[in-house]
Amino acid sequence: MTQLPGLLDTEAIRKDFPVLDRVVHDGKKIVYLDNAATSQKPNQVLDVLNDYYVRHNANVHRGVHVLAEEATALYEGARDKVAAFVNAPSRDEVVFTKNASESLNLVANMLGWADDPYRVDDRTEIVITEMEHHSNIVPWQLLAQRTGAKLKWFGLTDDGRLDLSNIEEIITERTKVVSFVLVSNILGTVNPVETIVRRAQEVGALVVVDASQAAPHMPLDVQALQADFVVFTGHKMCGPTGIGVLWGRQELLEDLPPFLGGGEMIETVSMHSSTYAPAPHKFEAGTPPIAQAVGLGAAVDYLTSIGMERIAAHEHAITEYAVSRLREVPDLRIIGPATAEDRGAAISFTLGDIHPHDVGQVLDELGIAVRVGHHCARPVCLRYGIPATTRASFYLYSTPAEVDALVEGLEHVRNFFG
Amino acid sequence: MYQDVILDHYKHPHGRGLRDGDAEVHHVNPTCGDEVTLRVKLDGSTIADVSYEGQGCSISQASASVLNELLVGKGLDEARRIQETFLELMQSKGRIEPDDAMEEILEDAVAFAGVSKYPARVKCALLSWMAWKDATAQALGGGFAEERSEEKTV
Repeated sequence: MTQLPGLLDTEAIRKDFPVLDRVVHDGKKIVYLDNAATSQKPNQVLDVLNDYYVRHNANVHRGVHVLAEEATALYEGARDKVAAFVNAPSRDEVVFTKNASESLNLVANMLGWADDPYRVDDRTEIVITEMEHHSNIVPWQLLAQRTGAKLKWFGLTDDGRLDLSNIEEIITERTKVVSFVLVSNILGTVNPVETIVRRAQEVGALVVVDASQAAPHMPLDVQALQADFVVFTGHKMCGPTGIGVLWGRQELLEDLPPFLGGGEMIETVSMHSSTYAPAPHKFEAGTPPIAQAVGLGAAVDYLTSIGMERIAAHEHAITEYAVSRLREVPDLRIIGPATAEDRGAAISFTLGDIHPHDVGQVLDELGIAVRVGHHCARPVCLRYGIPATTRASFYLYSTPAEVDALVEGLEHVRNFFG
Repeated sequence: MYQDVILDHYKHPHGRGLRDGDAEVHHVNPTCGDEVTLRVKLDGSTIADVSYEGQGCSISQASASVLNELLVGKGLDEARRIQETFLELMQSKGRIEPDDAMEEILEDAVAFAGVSKYPARVKCALLSWMAWKDATAQALGGGFAEERSEEKTV
């Protein structure tokens, strides 16, 4: 078995994830390499979810009975945990949503409805990048279409990095908001936040960081990022589906208007008008995803107990090993940075002219789960002139043996279609 | 799923390349990016040629090759029966075990029976067949174009 420096004790960790013992297709142990799509869930999270429904279930912030108080304490306790996890200055800066897409749509809509100085209109510009997930493209396209604002973006270099050579032409005095991904879900690239934030601050633009592929894998400190908004989703970081996070600077959350109206987000309501609850509740209309938030809190506890620095080091070692092993496979072309430097643990590639769907299907027959397609980042495929990629993505329970299984599987694919 | 017949057609496609035609269509499978450009050439009510160019997975490419082999030289009525039988097989979710009668109609195309078990791949297998149906309708001047809305929901 390959020993790499920085690896976690995956033998112990894997015991926490029952699904990793699944056997598929006549006796093949599953090799789960689709973590950028969603992570598996440890018993520590599953138990908390079950316990919530078995012992505490009630609606939050409404009842005076014991279950309602327990549910509220658990839900708000999860907010405290998430706030600590991202080093938020205040727990009130953490808004629960259903996923990162909703968080991004929420920000885009806040800015569309805001008064000056935040308002996005036909005299202003929005900046994104060509490596964004569709969830960080389409909400801004909608906002641009509805307000007349101009949408601009950073292109990509041949080696899968942002091309910031023209940063001063892209981010200008007219720029109202710059929204970009911290770690690309398709290329794996870790982007230079500081350079972009510095330029955005020079021109007074708001900065939105999509940390969906960062929060699960590395220490995330919203104060160090110096962004105005940071979004991520729970299900990629050992939590359940249906829970996402929007972190926003307190003064912005206070100043910006609500988007969804309903119960929970109000202060008083008359038939003529309403006043709103302070953030974060202003942005959490209706019964929130309570169990899911509690589950995310458990996921944060789980990740923290292992340590985000250690998880990042583990994944860096796995990525380094995977990149070097994949480069041994003839006709394999990595789409994205060719080394583990400033790179996350999602590795996209093409294999000769074998279509990714065929690669994925044959790997599946071997029990190896990868993602194939355009990964909700079709502009990246267009940029590199490919219809789709195969993507292997790793997490804290991934092992060098799984990398070896992938490489062997790819040899099998080549022989099969060769 | 990957029968030898399918792999043979994928590696050695029949009738690939665009030639003269009466109508041309371009169909795309948005979920995986498979694409086919397909032309139909009719000679009265006989299919004189089906030519195509495309990119995509082995299933979509092999299916176009099988289509070419099966339909060229056939009368339109017979070709439609083959297309409908193939559609029925592909929509069977693996429940149809092709019998001799079906095998006689579909020949090499029965090899796709296994693909029908994989919902994500059925569209790959049907791509060129839907394109052929569309192109034939156009070549006939919209003869059975009304059926198109139905096929899009497949």
